[in-house]
Amino acid sequence: MSLVTTILGRLIKAVITLLAIAVLNFFLIHAAPGDPAAVLAGEAGAADPLFIAQLRERFGLDQPLYVQLWSYVKNVLTLDLGYSFRQGMPVYDLIADRLPATLLLTLSAFIISLTLGIAFGVAAAARVGKVSDSFLTTLALLFYATPLYWAALMAVLVFSVQLGWLPGFGYETVGSGYTGLARAWDILQHLILPALTLGLFFMAVYMRMTRASMLEVSQMDFVKTARAKGLSEHIIRRRHILRNALLPVVTLAGLQAGQLIGGAVLTETVFAWPGIGRLMFESLEARDYNTILGVFLVSAAMVILFNILTDIVYRLVDPRIGAKT
Amino acid sequence: MTFWKRFATNRGAVIGLIILIAVIIIAVLAPVIYPGGPWKMVQRPFLVPFTTEGLPLGTDTLGRNVAAGLVHGARVSLLVGLVSTVMALLIGVPLGALAGFYGGYVDEGAMRFTEFFQTIPNFALAIVLVAILQPTLGSITLAIAIVSWPPVARLVRAEVMSLKRREFVEAAHLAGLSNTRILVSEVLPNAVSPIIVMASLMVATAILLESSLSFLGLGDPNIMSWGYMIGAARTVIRSAWWLSFFPGVAILITVLALNLIGEGLNDAFNPHLKKGRT
Repeated sequence: MSLVTTILGRLIKAVITLLAIAVLNFFLIHAAPGDPAAVLAGEAGAADPLFIAQLRERFGLDQPLYVQLWSYVKNVLTLDLGYSFRQGMPVYDLIADRLPATLLLTLSAFIISLTLGIAFGVAAAARVGKVSDSFLTTLALLFYATPLYWAALMAVLVFSVQLGWLPGFGYETVGSGYTGLARAWDILQHLILPALTLGLFFMAVYMRMTRASMLEVSQMDFVKTARAKGLSEHIIRRRHILRNALLPVVTLAGLQAGQLIGGAVLTETVFAWPGIGRLMFESLEARDYNTILGVFLVSAAMVILFNILTDIVYRLVDPRIGAKT
Repeated sequence: MTFWKRFATNRGAVIGLIILIAVIIIAVLAPVIYPGGPWKMVQRPFLVPFTTEGLPLGTDTLGRNVAAGLVHGARVSLLVGLVSTVMALLIGVPLGALAGFYGGYVDEGAMRFTEFFQTIPNFALAIVLVAILQPTLGSITLAIAIVSWPPVARLVRAEVMSLKRREFVEAAHLAGLSNTRILVSEVLPNAVSPIIVMASLMVATAILLESSLSFLGLGDPNIMSWGYMIGAARTVIRSAWWLSFFPGVAILITVLALNLIGEGLNDAFNPHLKKGRT
């Protein structure tokens, strides 16, 4: 199968998955306690029965369920995610407004966790059984058990409140009027703590995986052959072991992307990072179901897109996969 | 070597087990240790830890005893962790077993269904479910179970697929046993050990998930939990660090203990794997 047909297949599957999530969303709205119209209106409109009656008519809530389902799915397909009465804006606009900040945060966290995780995993595997290996594995074990949001709060406490090194709040300095490079530098400083704390847990996951995978591959026959040929340990590790050991790590990283976006809800809440995770948190407090479900749908779409991207990377790293299927 | 001896050779696992037993005892004895419950206001707010007798960890924003909150919070964490894991097993094990055993369309259907749930970002789904169903102990447990079963189904499916080709299963077929009987009494008992290892790690993840939901304000409003304590103290982190610090340590220690136990169980079940484990 060529790369193009594979991507096409994945895209079709992605659309089906998104449709299924849209259907799930529809039934969730109807599962929410109370009148769906009141739910759609949020608490703001709930007091006025006339308003709710109008809403019911406007959203076709007086129609049979399957008609409603069809129109809901049709709306989602045309990127109409409903209206947030709380914020007085279409949900799509709200999300589009906040999405870049989340993308910046999650991608930075992903890159940090993957590079550090692989680097530490390789380092630990190279010193297996020694003190530095136990130190790194213990550290990974700790990070693996640390609640994301708590790590974020503690980082704010230490690096922002106590030491005053980095800002612990927001996306950029409000009212600073920075432009160009100065603004980028400002945002970068604000990005460091959220991206690091979001990446911490995943770094631990990737490190454990890399270490195990490196140790497993190093037992294989072709490594013994390379050693018998008299290649240096350094070259064996980089060219023979690492390249093969990375494959399961990349697969896992792709699968973990969903968790990363879920974790962003927590990180963005702690750091007041203006992304879709923070939007979800604010909507929770307001019981703004339209926005909650919209963010849910968009985050699922992000995960699917990310999985397709990892799939492509995977094929580029390992040409055998394309050849086999 | 017996199973327990093998488990005991892993020092981390033994430490984990001791910690977990201690946490369980504290959770069970919570009403005895702090009979007043976690919500009672006992002193003036914002008392710094280690300064007042009887209030070792200080008081919170409303003058409630932080130590009492921690002790009572242990109950929710353990309960939700355990029950949601059992529920996830009840969904994942039958689904994976049927898929692996019957193959074909059953397998195809079950795996598409599982894949769908694996694609959805699971913390986001848990948030949506709890928000829609309203936060109660039941809805939180259910939501965690719904987002945690897919890996179980995949694991059980893989185990069953490899077991069903073994000779003892063929012998059972020849002996005229029904499919159900073979699956339940011949195949599944042999897949128990990897399921137990996974379950112990799932309890840890479930505790993290529960605390994250409570942190966001999606906890049962009538029950004190560690995540809620951190969430409520989030805004006063600059002035009262201990309010978020201690509950976080409690979560960290409990989750760490469960992870260590999981690793120990894995080693004990697979003695041949020994070193080089993850």
